[in-house]
Amino acid sequence: MSALLEVEDLAKHYRLSDGRTLRAVDGVSFTIAEGEVLGVVGESGCGKTTLGRTVLRLHEPTAGHVRFRGEDTVALGRRALRTLRRQMQIVFQDPYASLNPRMTVGQTLTIPLRVHEPRLTRAGQRKRIAAALTRVGLPPAAADRYPHEFSGGQRQRIGIARALMSHPSLLVADEPVSALDVSVQAQVINLLLDLRAELGLAILFIAHDLAVVGMVSDRIAVMYLGRIVELAPTEALFARPRHPYTEALFSAVPDISTQRQRILLEGDLPSPFAPPSGCPFRTRCHYAEPACAEARPPLAEHAPGHLAACRRPELTLASPLPAADPALIFG
Amino acid sequence: MSALLTVTDLCVTFRDEGGEVPAVEGVSFALNPGETLAIVGESSSGKSVTALALMRLLGQSPGVNVSGRAMLGDVDLMTLPERKMAEIRGRDLAMIFQEPMTSLNPVHRVGNQIAEGLLVHERITRRAAMKHATALLAQVGIPEPAVRARAFPHQLSGGMRQRVMIAMALACRPRVLIADEPTTALDVTVQAQILDLIRTLQRDTGMSVLFITHNLGVVAEIADHVLVMYSGQVVEAAPTSELLRRPLMPYSRGLMGSVPLLEHVRHRGQARLIAIPGAIPDPRVRPPHCTFAPRCTHMRPDPCKRARPNLEPATAEHAVRCARWREIAV
Repeated sequence: MSALLEVEDLAKHYRLSDGRTLRAVDGVSFTIAEGEVLGVVGESGCGKTTLGRTVLRLHEPTAGHVRFRGEDTVALGRRALRTLRRQMQIVFQDPYASLNPRMTVGQTLTIPLRVHEPRLTRAGQRKRIAAALTRVGLPPAAADRYPHEFSGGQRQRIGIARALMSHPSLLVADEPVSALDVSVQAQVINLLLDLRAELGLAILFIAHDLAVVGMVSDRIAVMYLGRIVELAPTEALFARPRHPYTEALFSAVPDISTQRQRILLEGDLPSPFAPPSGCPFRTRCHYAEPACAEARPPLAEHAPGHLAACRRPELTLASPLPAADPALIFG
Repeated sequence: MSALLTVTDLCVTFRDEGGEVPAVEGVSFALNPGETLAIVGESSSGKSVTALALMRLLGQSPGVNVSGRAMLGDVDLMTLPERKMAEIRGRDLAMIFQEPMTSLNPVHRVGNQIAEGLLVHERITRRAAMKHATALLAQVGIPEPAVRARAFPHQLSGGMRQRVMIAMALACRPRVLIADEPTTALDVTVQAQILDLIRTLQRDTGMSVLFITHNLGVVAEIADHVLVMYSGQVVEAAPTSELLRRPLMPYSRGLMGSVPLLEHVRHRGQARLIAIPGAIPDPRVRPPHCTFAPRCTHMRPDPCKRARPNLEPATAEHAVRCARWREIAV
C-alpha cells in the first residue's frame, strides 16, 4: 500500500495576546494509506481537532509538511489547493451548526459541484445529488427540504453526502457521531463502515470514544498535549497498549460487558501552556520514575508497527479486553 | 425496606404555540435509602424533565402543568407550598447538573457559593460556613482546598467544577442526590474519577442517588436499579444486572445492541452495530399506540398499533411496557 497522506512534524502553535504560546499540535507525524482508516483519540484539549483541520489546511500549519499523493500541500497556492481539496473533505461534529439553515439540502449539495465541476449541467447536478442522498440512505426528495426538517442523524447523513459530492479519497471525520443519540449514532457508524467498504475511502477518524474508534479504525493514534504518544494497529493497541496513558484511557471507559480493574488518573490534564518537563504524562502516570522528568521520550518502535513515547518499554500494560479468546484478538 | 422517595404517576406537559407537549407521561418509581436508581434514555425521553419536576424547578408559569405525587418520607413534594419546598431543596434533596460552568455563578468565588447553602439552611456563622466549605472541597478530592475556595469558576477545569457542584450539593447532607448527566460533558478519565467520587460519598453518607444518563456503560457502573425511558414513559424497570442480562422491551434491547463496546474490536471490519432504525418521535406527534412501534422490528399491527401498552410486571422485580414481550422473549 502506498501512502495517500504523509504528515511530517506538523505543528500548529497559537500566539496569545499575553505573549504565551499554545502548542496545540506539536510535531506530529503519521501516514495514511489509500483506503485506510486512522483513528485519532485523546481527551479534550489534546489537539486532535486542530490536527484534522491543519491537515486540510483549514488552519495554516506553523511548521511541518502534509504530502497528499506525494505533493506538499503546505506550499500550494490558493488555486492549486482548491483543486486538491476535491480529494480531501471533512465531516463536522455538530450536524446542527454545520448546515446552512437558509439553504435547501439540494442547494447545499450543489456548492461542491459548482466549485469542483463548474461545467456540470443542472440535470447532471440533480442526478449527482439524488445519487449522493441515496448513498447515505436518504430519499432523493430530501433535496427540496431544509435542514430543520431533519433529525440529528439525518443531518449528519447530509453532512456526509456533502463531503462525498466531489468523490474525495480522504475524509477527515471530526467527532462525526458524538453529538448524536446512541440509537442513531449506530446508524451513522454503520454508514461510515459501508462507505469505506464500497468507496475505498481513507478516513482520518477523530473521536474521543475509544470503542467507536476501535470499531472503525485500522490503526489508532493516541494524542496527549499536542503529540502522538502511541500509534499502533488497532488489534495490537487493544491487545497490549504500550503507553501508560493509553492503558488509563482504556480503563476509564465505562462498559456494560466487562468488569475491569480501573486505573484512576490523578488530577486533570496539565496546562498546555506549561507542559511538564521530560515526559508530559509523567505527572499523572502510575509508572513514572525520577528519570522520566529528564527528557521527553521519542516516539519509538517497540514492536513492528507499534510506536510508543515511553521510556519504559519493559512495562506490561493491561489490555481492556477480557482475557478470553486470545486467538480472536490476534487471529 | 420502605422507600425514601416514592413517585406516583408523574405527568408534565408544556404548552407552546403548537399546543400541548407531553414531556413526561405517568412516571412512577420508588427510591430506597442508600440506593442508586438510574433513569436512562435518549433525547426527549423525559428523563431530565422528571428530575426538574421533582426538584420543583420547572417554574409556576401557566404553560407548565405538573401532576402526580412525589412522597419524600410523608411529605408530598408536588403539593408543598414554595416556602416549604425551598427548605427541602438543598437540605433533603439536592441536584447536580450536566454543565457545571453554566450552573455555577461566574462572579462569586466557589467557596462562597458552597457556604451560601449552609447559611440558608443551617444556624451557622459565615466563618464556620466558609470553614465547612473548605472541608467539603477537600472531601470531593480538590487539592489545596483553601486556595481553591477563593477561585472563581472559570479558573477551574471542567472536572474540578463538577467536584465543586458536588460539594455544593452535599453541603447539607441531603438524603437524595439527583444527578442529571453529571459526567456527560467530561472526558472519560475525569468521568471515572467523578463516578468513583459519587460512589465513595454515597457509601460514607448513606444518601440515595437518582442518576440520569443516556450512557448504559455508566448505568452498569453505578446503578442498583434502572428505569428505561422512551418518549415520556418508563418502558422497562429492573435491577441493573437483570436488565443488562435479560432486557425484555425491544427498545432496551436495541439500545444495548447499538452501544459500541471495546469488545467489538474483535469483530472489526465484519460486524455492524445493531442500529435502531428511524428516529425518536417528536413529542408533539407521538403515536396513540405504542410509541416505539414505528421503529420496532417486532411490531405487529395487532396488538402494537391498537393501544398504548401498560407497564406490566414480568417478574416481581422486572416491569416492561410491551404488548408482545412474552412472545419475543429469548
